[in-house]
Amino acid sequence: MTVFDRPYDDPVRVLDEDGAVVGEVPDIDEETLIDIYRQMRLARHFDARAVSLQRQGRMGTYPPLSGQEGAQVGSAAALGDDDWVVPSYREHAAGFVRGRSLKRTLLYWMGHPDGNRVADGVNVFPVAVPIASQVPHATGASWAASLRGTGEVFCCYFGDGATSEGDFHEGVNFAGVFDTPTVFFCNNNQWAISVPRERQTRSATLAQKAEAYGIDGVQVDGMDPLAVYRVTEAAVEKARDPETDRPRPTLIEAVQYRFGAHTTADDPTVYRDDDEVERWHKKDPIPRLEAYLRSEGVLDDERVAEIESAVESRVAEAIEAAESAARPEPRELFEHAYAEVPAELERQYEDLAAVRESRGDAAFIEE
Amino acid sequence: MTETQNLTLVQAIRDGLATEMREDDDVLVLGQDVGKNGGVFRATEGLFDEFGGDRVVDTPLAESGIVGAAVGMAAMGLRPVPEIQFSGFMYPGFDQIVSHVARFRARTRGQFTVPLTLRAPYGGGIRAPEHHSESKETLYAHEAGLKVVVPSTPRDAKGLLAASIRDPDPVVFLEPKLIYRAFREEVPEEPYTVPIGEAVTRREGDDVAVFTYGAMTRPTVEAAETLAEEGIDCAVVDLRTVSPLDREAIVEAFEATGRAVVVHEAPKTGGLAGEITAIIQEESLLYQEAPIGRVTGFDVPYPLYALEDYYLPTAARIEDGIREAVEF
Repeated sequence: MTVFDRPYDDPVRVLDEDGAVVGEVPDIDEETLIDIYRQMRLARHFDARAVSLQRQGRMGTYPPLSGQEGAQVGSAAALGDDDWVVPSYREHAAGFVRGRSLKRTLLYWMGHPDGNRVADGVNVFPVAVPIASQVPHATGASWAASLRGTGEVFCCYFGDGATSEGDFHEGVNFAGVFDTPTVFFCNNNQWAISVPRERQTRSATLAQKAEAYGIDGVQVDGMDPLAVYRVTEAAVEKARDPETDRPRPTLIEAVQYRFGAHTTADDPTVYRDDDEVERWHKKDPIPRLEAYLRSEGVLDDERVAEIESAVESRVAEAIEAAESAARPEPRELFEHAYAEVPAELERQYEDLAAVRESRGDAAFIEE
Repeated sequence: MTETQNLTLVQAIRDGLATEMREDDDVLVLGQDVGKNGGVFRATEGLFDEFGGDRVVDTPLAESGIVGAAVGMAAMGLRPVPEIQFSGFMYPGFDQIVSHVARFRARTRGQFTVPLTLRAPYGGGIRAPEHHSESKETLYAHEAGLKVVVPSTPRDAKGLLAASIRDPDPVVFLEPKLIYRAFREEVPEEPYTVPIGEAVTRREGDDVAVFTYGAMTRPTVEAAETLAEEGIDCAVVDLRTVSPLDREAIVEAFEATGRAVVVHEAPKTGGLAGEITAIIQEESLLYQEAPIGRVTGFDVPYPLYALEDYYLPTAARIEDGIREAVEF
């Protein structure tokens, strides 16, 4: 029996809403457990600060992740050192776990061209905004890893809405056909902006869509970071082993909730009621794990306070660094469109530079 | 006296949808978040309550599904108005647009037609995230079988939308979201149409004809007013429809001055400025006094927003472009 041998509508669980153990606890060392807790706290605080920056006009539109920390951190923590994350646009926390910097994440949402760069050695694909468009990329990237025998596994994140897009189905189907080392991790947060999960598909679960492509599908309580860790670890292990007797790719449906808006441009009170939000708040992944870790004697007040203050200063430093980043030069518009700047683009840059020379930045930027 | 309302462009579109839905039971809207949420820009606000879920349809998140289903509906006699939430997310539906929407009439020799109106907010300048700011009207204008409309005022928006919905052919209706709420205008409450394919002169002038459309109309008029103080008198022509272009209006405005500048925020290469220039070459070569200027976006992927002010044509760049054409 593996974690995958279960009905699609029977989510893998480890902790209940109060942090009491109700399932098989994955084998995780103490340091990693604390790190999962720390990363969730970091993500929650980062998120609150980012929303506030947007409200103050210091950042553009931002998609909050509050409520989804357990799914992102639990899964990203279960990957091996050389494995890859292929994110959508809400996986700030999964990125942080894998080494993507807070500063660059802020810069991206501040509209700065450096925001889309990922530091060397950090195995995270660029953010994909068009829904589900990254799914076939993950299939192709993991296929390449398989062809080259690198042993890397690719964890691709997307939402419940993405499962309605053709790209999702094409990407997962290819993965099944070519038996690629891919983990398709669906952050089912119940809402694609205003459209509820029931309106995306008549299927009872999203996990069962795996059936059609001949791969494993499993549902997990996405607000239980230990359950998410357990199921992702099993999927990664299976993906990494070319000799496995099961299909290497897996579709994980992590059932969860976004506490906040789709983005800061969205007003969720128009389409969902407070009672529902309240109900899901009881499943908040952070107090759950904290209660468990306290009961295990891994965390106490002092340790929690220490983590809290470290998280706050780390986010404050990142905000300061992002806000003091040099304003991008217009020349950057023309760099990187091609390996070498073509002659016509040089001409166009010269036109821009001439206007800037004669009239200054006031010619472009309205005060 | 016709009753009017003082509306923004996005309110006029909402009003236009409501008016056409009241006029014709076959008109329905479908898309992401158009129902209960009233659209992410509120372009369909209140329609769900007035017309119900069968005519204001929240669909699954699938652009090919939205456009493809609209093809089937239109072929069966409905007048669907699919909305794609941002034009940057049109591309999963692009196969349907190019392979079917544009071709159904021609390939069935007129037996099947798909008179749908495909709405999408488009263009830059609102500090939006990646993929939310591009201007790709050329892609649609290049596609025979489609009409492509870009309104620039609330009054035109309502009338052009009505004309599009009633048109026997499919129309891609691109809404410049930069000016969704930029200003208000008196808009008639009653149903009316503004004809597709007709340009309008926004400013009369004897020295040079400046052609533009959509969100670029305002900075172009602004540039013209500034230049008027220097004694340069610009005619500003708002094309309103970019396919089919109003050839007659282009030729007439050009021949009156012998000089022209075209302004659009889409990239330069392959952009509509080239097409307008070609029309002038074909029709009015002997009137030409100066090279035809192009003030456009650059040939680069649309940047993240910290650089978009440098990408988009501004009144200052437009002024310089016009001056060059006049001083040649």
